[in-house]
Amino acid sequence: MLSVPCPWCGPRDETEFRYGGQAHVAYPADPAACSDAEWAGYLFMRDNPKGWFAERWFHSAGCRRWFNAVRHTVTYEFAAVYAPFTQPPGVPS
Amino acid sequence: MSQPFRRAAGGRIDRSRTLTFHFEGRAYEAHPGDTLSSALLANGVRVVARGPYTGRPRGTYGIGAEEPNAFVQVDSGPGEPMVRATQLEVYDGLVARSLAGKGSLGEEPDDSRYDKTWAHCDVLVVGAGPAGLAAAHAAGVTGARVILADERPEPGGDLLGGRAHLDGRPAMDWVTDLRARLAGLPEVRVLPRTTVTGAYDGNFLVAVQRRTEHLGPAAPAHVARQRLWHIRAGQVVLATGAHERPILFPDNDRPGVMLAAAAAGYAWRYGVLPGRRAVVAGAHDGALWAAVDLVDAGVELAAVLDARHLAGGQAHRALRDRGVVVAAGHGVVGTDADADGVLTAAWVAPVDGDGQARRIACDLLATSGGWNPAVHLYSQAGGRPRWSDDHAAFVPGDPLPAVACVGAAAGTFDLADALAEGAEAGWQAAAATHGGGGEEPLPPATDSVASAGAPAACWITARADSPPETIFVDLQRDATLRDVRRAVGAGMRASEHVKRFTTAGTAADQGRTTGVTTVGVLAGLLGLPVGAVGTTTYRPPYAPISFALLAGRDRGRLLDPERRTPMHERHEADGAVFENVGQWKRPWYYPAPGEDLDQAVLRECRAAREGVAMMDVSTLGKIDLRGPDVGEFLDRVYTNRFSTLRVGQCRYGVMCRADGMVFDDGVTARLAPDRYHMTTTTGNAAAVLDWLDEWLQTEWPDLRVSATSVTDQWAAVAVVGPGSREVLRRLAPSLDVSAEAFPFLTVRDATVAGIPARVFRISFTGELSYEINVPAWYGLALWDAVAEAGRPAGITPYGTETMHVLRAEKGFIVAGQDTDGTVTPHDAGLGWAVSTVKPFIGGRSLARPDTARNDRKRLVGLLPADPSVVLAEGAQLVVDADAPTPVPMLGHVTSSYRSAALGRSFALALVAGGLTHRGETLQAVDGGQAHPVVVTEPVFYDAEGARRDG
Amino acid sequence: MTHPDFLWADPEPKRGYDVVVIGAGGHGLATAYYLARNHGITDVAVLERGWLAGGNMARNTTIIRSNYLWDESAAIYEHSLKLWEGLSDELDYDILFSQRGVLNLAHSLPDVRESVRRVNANRLNGVDAEWLTPAEVKKLVPIINTSQELRYPVLGATFQPRAGIAKHDHVAWAYARAAHDLGVHLIQNCEVTGFRRAGDRVTAVETSRGAIEAGRVALCAAGHTSVLAQELGFRLPLASHPLQALVSELLEQVLDTVVMSNAVHVYVSQAHKGELVMGAGIDAYNGYGQRGSFHVIESQLAAAVELFPIFARAHVLRTWAGIVDVSPDASPVLGLTPVENVFVNCGWGTGGFKATPGAGWVYADTIAHGRPHPLAAPFTLDRFTTGALVDEHGAAAVAH
Repeated sequence: MLSVPCPWCGPRDETEFRYGGQAHVAYPADPAACSDAEWAGYLFMRDNPKGWFAERWFHSAGCRRWFNAVRHTVTYEFAAVYAPFTQPPGVPS
Repeated sequence: MSQPFRRAAGGRIDRSRTLTFHFEGRAYEAHPGDTLSSALLANGVRVVARGPYTGRPRGTYGIGAEEPNAFVQVDSGPGEPMVRATQLEVYDGLVARSLAGKGSLGEEPDDSRYDKTWAHCDVLVVGAGPAGLAAAHAAGVTGARVILADERPEPGGDLLGGRAHLDGRPAMDWVTDLRARLAGLPEVRVLPRTTVTGAYDGNFLVAVQRRTEHLGPAAPAHVARQRLWHIRAGQVVLATGAHERPILFPDNDRPGVMLAAAAAGYAWRYGVLPGRRAVVAGAHDGALWAAVDLVDAGVELAAVLDARHLAGGQAHRALRDRGVVVAAGHGVVGTDADADGVLTAAWVAPVDGDGQARRIACDLLATSGGWNPAVHLYSQAGGRPRWSDDHAAFVPGDPLPAVACVGAAAGTFDLADALAEGAEAGWQAAAATHGGGGEEPLPPATDSVASAGAPAACWITARADSPPETIFVDLQRDATLRDVRRAVGAGMRASEHVKRFTTAGTAADQGRTTGVTTVGVLAGLLGLPVGAVGTTTYRPPYAPISFALLAGRDRGRLLDPERRTPMHERHEADGAVFENVGQWKRPWYYPAPGEDLDQAVLRECRAAREGVAMMDVSTLGKIDLRGPDVGEFLDRVYTNRFSTLRVGQCRYGVMCRADGMVFDDGVTARLAPDRYHMTTTTGNAAAVLDWLDEWLQTEWPDLRVSATSVTDQWAAVAVVGPGSREVLRRLAPSLDVSAEAFPFLTVRDATVAGIPARVFRISFTGELSYEINVPAWYGLALWDAVAEAGRPAGITPYGTETMHVLRAEKGFIVAGQDTDGTVTPHDAGLGWAVSTVKPFIGGRSLARPDTARNDRKRLVGLLPADPSVVLAEGAQLVVDADAPTPVPMLGHVTSSYRSAALGRSFALALVAGGLTHRGETLQAVDGGQAHPVVVTEPVFYDAEGARRDG
Repeated sequence: MTHPDFLWADPEPKRGYDVVVIGAGGHGLATAYYLARNHGITDVAVLERGWLAGGNMARNTTIIRSNYLWDESAAIYEHSLKLWEGLSDELDYDILFSQRGVLNLAHSLPDVRESVRRVNANRLNGVDAEWLTPAEVKKLVPIINTSQELRYPVLGATFQPRAGIAKHDHVAWAYARAAHDLGVHLIQNCEVTGFRRAGDRVTAVETSRGAIEAGRVALCAAGHTSVLAQELGFRLPLASHPLQALVSELLEQVLDTVVMSNAVHVYVSQAHKGELVMGAGIDAYNGYGQRGSFHVIESQLAAAVELFPIFARAHVLRTWAGIVDVSPDASPVLGLTPVENVFVNCGWGTGGFKATPGAGWVYADTIAHGRPHPLAAPFTLDRFTTGALVDEHGAAAVAH
């Protein structure tokens, strides 16, 4: 049971959240202009690092707001949470 | 004689009361405070279990959670398999029997109550031995919220029944004082009989509290048998102690062979002589002190062996004072047993060379190779134990954030040091989370003595020719030194491989006594340092947890919440059979007396097509959308356009995932320029709302739109059929229900049956119909009013099955039934609802090479050649059912019913190439049977749409 | 249970190999074995960063079945099942393959439709499958609660009689021994840290034990494949998630069929020794931590006790987690990569163990010939661009 630090509600149990996968995968401004490969990149190709990972969470059973988090995929430690469309604060190396 | 091995006095048992229990069919006596193991030892019962593969008799070996042998089946009360006799508190009427490594589940369900609770605290202290008590006290005096959990019935740990002194008094007096002080701290909670079994991320720990099982039949019925604690702790202090480990030798599995400190513990904690004449064999001072305790309790010491070569030291002197000379450099190289397999003698020899072995008669062989710090929770929390030569043990390695290890769990075996370490850790933990405060309590003064020398890493004492198959490395799995040697011979180097090869360490005790010993043995065989081999990984739970406790109260109807509409009780009264739709309970059909599903559905369908019928549609997802940009937003979300919808109008919409596959559909109405009312399928209501929020918040925050679920706020009744207009007219006299004033695909606010209502003129059946929405509170009243108003016309309630027949006759799909996540809107025959000019989510995917293929599986209708055959939903469509396998499949039947209106069966299907097969005969195969079917348009009834206006 | 006297050696890595397989899990070992046995390619090293078969191979619930929905999946898993049926003989090692049958329970009308659809597809594909009524389920497994009063009652089940379980360690060790006997080098404690490139080719694999030259490189690292691909400069459609499992203590035999229920997340069999082996649902977040969240276990056991009331008294002895590499369509990725001499086999999600022989077989063939084996052809990376997915979510869900 992770303790997810919702930036608006504070730390809450993981069961209140929905996981949203990799953060910063923007919907292409003009999908029609994408090649099939570019579109496949948007739809399916994802970073899957072993280490720090910028990802999305949705506080679905809480404030119902999306946010981004930097979390370590081995230690599961959260380094930062931040609003959508903003860049992660300094990510640990 | 009753309890022949019970000492005359002493022990933390209540001698004023006598309990009766049964073991292996025989009655015995015990006292409150006894465990099954102490009671059996008191009664001279040595054989408690058997080896699973060898069948060899096994006795009590340890005294607590480390026990590898004495697992029993409890038959009294609710019954339980594989219970440690060393932890099983005896109650009057306890019935238990021995096991051979394997438990039995019993036949009857266990209907005891198990519950769960959640707690937050500043400091969780695990273990109420001296270090844990000191930690809890130091943290507690600051005012911090402290939980102190300990697996035993009372705090004290190794001080229980022990002979140490604190502040010049017997240590238990100090424990009693401290308990009183903790009880006076309002933020400190002490949980006895509570085993912390798991340490998870974010200092989330799970504990099992045994609340009533020690009471047996006297347990109050209203108290849960066990409770599962979920504790989120700011700081954790692990004072989990250490587990004694044996030295291995040939025939080391005989009843009568025990861990040395455990043997002494039985004498002093339980007032039980574990034997009358003992050989003690060790490799550290603790074994010698155990010998002192045994001789002081009245056990004759036949020999005390120390594998080390050192002499002197206080323990040696203490033994010499008692007339016992320690045989330094000696160990056990074999044992003898009587006809029952119970120990009768030890063979003793120098550990170096091949000196002559001596036979020493004894009924207790107490062995101790040292202590393994209980690093389980530290390891679970992410710590890596490291081998310490100084301790001859794995000890906690690098510190973890917000977790401290103290006392024996940290390899601090000296009592004074452990107390100081505990107090300091508790104090620091409170300071870190709570801020601390008050005055730091001083740990008590002790009379503990320094060790005379480092413990030796002594794993096995045996002669060169000792048969390795008699040296057991895992008593519960009957794994021996021969197995370990074979594993190494086979090429295995990793301790995990050896564990898996030999099964050593995988039994119910999870290798607690001999796991590290196995590593030591392996290291010796490989010629590697113990630290280089390393332990296997400690996984939760630390102690077994019953399935029933993990299930808790989530059983029966509470397994998952049941959602009911406001009209539910009426459906029940009307005899509805219910279908689970997600968490909802929806009426499936309403059988009249004597009707089956088919008959009821034919009757319900006829009513809807020919007269008037009603359905509870409250479960449909409903989302209130507000803001100036809702129209633009819906244009992006739906495949078709909604910004052009005029106020008061409704439109059917389809939405896709980004991959272009149909996700959901429904009718959305525009209530005002900046307000839309969206409906979704019942099962997808939450998913669609999440979907809308995701796009609004993470892609298009510039769109001024808010989305709110109003599913539960509205109850809705669909009034369907040619007679529906008349019913609505009666219910809403002020509403002009004429086709001209209230046309198809419009919405009106009205007062219906005196209730403020929103009425949609939409149809999922092709018939004239209205969906009347009212605030949920009025749902039942509306239902009753509709039923009353429709009574003259014979209004008929119908369920989901009839709804499916009616919609399928019209070729209306159900997302999730006629689609499966691989179906595009075009595939589903919804191309007419896909805009070719505006972009929408998923639109780009439709242009991918595979998605744009013309021969994709597409929605068609099917008419079975035999009109009485209702095809199975899920039947596969082939050209030639008799072709050799693999038979090429063109598609499958998605929806199939008997139609009252058509007087025959029909079906919808997805078929490769879709309507290019129109008129062709295919075979629908189900369960090996093939039925010829003709491919048709997927609209079977009123293709012109003539009926929707009534 | 008797193991052979000798299993495998622990050689020092050579300067280079014709084929370097990265990952000595079941798939890596099977691939090496079939490279040698079927294609005569014996100059092969299998590199393992930890101990051999210590990843998902050591952590799975050992369910073997081939009753997948789509033709492409059924073909590769059925190929695998056929190999399983001869594997003990082929490898001369008792892998304890027990064809005790697998039940997949249906708890709702949509479940029933999907189940019937899958049974019919299986049969037409030559895969054994039956649809059982609740009464037939009860007859087969009397301890299942088929009361229609349950919150989610059993409405029926699909049954594959030839499905079953095997002993995972034995499988891995059998392949390891057989590969070793054919000259394959199994190199443990050898972590891949990078690749040396010459144009579009990899020339050597950099490891914690030095650089090892490679004619061809076969990725076989399950959850860690994305990490390797990143080193190689291409992307994969994978997310690695924790997948938890647990065992009970040893119990007298009560269950001789594998029972799976996607809807309520119960997957259980009783192993040869007597322990109940259960798989849980996938944890939602990406994770390489080999541990999951406790609430997943709790909800799994609530459902288990509901379906099997007599399980109430059993105890969870040990829980653990593997790292499953999940692809968007719950189907594997098997074939060529943008790097000329690098091949990929990943994305098996929860299906990896049951696919072990089949995946090894077709992967070895793909590597040997430099083109996808026909059974692997539907599972190329290319399908994510064309849209020709093999979407097994319905049938595989989180199943094992």
